[in-house]
Amino acid sequence: MIKIIDYGLGNILAFQNMYKRLNVQVGLARSADDLQGASKLILPGVGAFDHAMEQLDRSGMRGPLDELVLRQQVPVLGICVGMQMLAERSDEGQLPGLGWIRGQVKGFKGLQRSDLLLPHMGWNDVHPAPGSRLFEQLRTDARFYFLHSFYFECTRPEDVAAVSNYGTEFSCAVSAGNIHGVQFHPEKSHHFGAQLLKNFAEL
Amino acid sequence: MLRPRIIPCLLVHDGGLVKTVRFKDPKYVGDPINAVKIFNEKEADELVVLDIDATVQGREPNFRLIAQFAAECRMPLCYGGGIRTVEQAKRIIGLGVEKVAISAAAVADPKLISRIAEEVGSQSVVVVLDVKSSLFGKQEVWTHNGRKNSGKSPVEAAQEAEALGAGEIVINSIDRDGQMKGYDVVLATKLRAATRLPMSVLGGAGSLQDIGELIAACGVVGAAAGSFFVFKGAYRAVLISYPTQAQKDDLIRTSLPQRRGARMA
Repeated sequence: MIKIIDYGLGNILAFQNMYKRLNVQVGLARSADDLQGASKLILPGVGAFDHAMEQLDRSGMRGPLDELVLRQQVPVLGICVGMQMLAERSDEGQLPGLGWIRGQVKGFKGLQRSDLLLPHMGWNDVHPAPGSRLFEQLRTDARFYFLHSFYFECTRPEDVAAVSNYGTEFSCAVSAGNIHGVQFHPEKSHHFGAQLLKNFAEL
Repeated sequence: MLRPRIIPCLLVHDGGLVKTVRFKDPKYVGDPINAVKIFNEKEADELVVLDIDATVQGREPNFRLIAQFAAECRMPLCYGGGIRTVEQAKRIIGLGVEKVAISAAAVADPKLISRIAEEVGSQSVVVVLDVKSSLFGKQEVWTHNGRKNSGKSPVEAAQEAEALGAGEIVINSIDRDGQMKGYDVVLATKLRAATRLPMSVLGGAGSLQDIGELIAACGVVGAAAGSFFVFKGAYRAVLISYPTQAQKDDLIRTSLPQRRGARMA
């Protein structure tokens, strides 16, 4: 069963509702015990990076998640700050990230573009990398809802699963083996988001 | 390309969905949850829900109703009405709402903006400024459904909100509310130049052309509307509508300054 990691952050209900409509069974994981039997994992997240890392640490799920994702290769999808947590570090905070995908999180502010409104908020075009399975049937015309001021910079170009443009081209989706992340909110992106969540469920 | 957002704004009064004219005479237009379902089907860019009773009646946000909205809504949701404390804002975000809108409380105690932003992140804090013109044409920010004059200028209030960590400004023209004769584009342009925050404009939209004019003047902006999405025809019959993806693309292509004449990707 897909388990949504509920460590007190992110719109858990929206994922549950979306998967209910897709007829996919999902459950919540609030503790290490709940993670047992997870076939896939969703890591949501909103707010500040350090706060999210602290909350995850406090949930007692951090160790079991490392085991599931890194050793047992259980597919995981990080959403928004949940994607940023996959990185090694973030300019937004002091705490290290999960370090599951090589890269660091940077702020749009650092681009020094005075014409750029922040946060990056609204519907933007998403251009998937060729062959990305997360974006199957989303090759043309894909657009998703974004709400963020920091973005993921991959160390290895092959980990970029999709790009978007806001002042600069940035990775709005990452994939490395069983580990995936999207910066936008598929749970709030109508049929585009539903397709992506369906794709993840079918990986 | 980041797109301008076209945003239905739903007003809740006595548990029902209403539409006002100049913030007065709320007319019942239906069941709010049903309206959310329709906007889901129409794939609206975003939804704003404002409880217009809470602040005036001095009561807490209706968390049960908010939970229902959040559960039903498949697009980003911004909720406002009666939010006066950090705890209330946190609880609403916890219910699955993307953004909380604060107005009266933020005008009375601007530091509240910072305190909420520290807890839920700037990206989730929207400051709504209700703007009304005096007889001499001076525009000021009013609160409590347009009953209390704060004496602040909209530009001053918007810049203060930005400095304190708001993530978005909504400019709502009381004078234009329910008129359906176009936005106050002059006010919107002035506010656009005053901050580097995303901005949405509410009050006055009566046609797609009005939305196009706002986009032409302000670029990537949120064009919010109430009456335009709930009334049809000269007799204001209740019928919920929303432009199709093709209509929106066409409107952006013909209106957005950086896209005018360019082909939509």
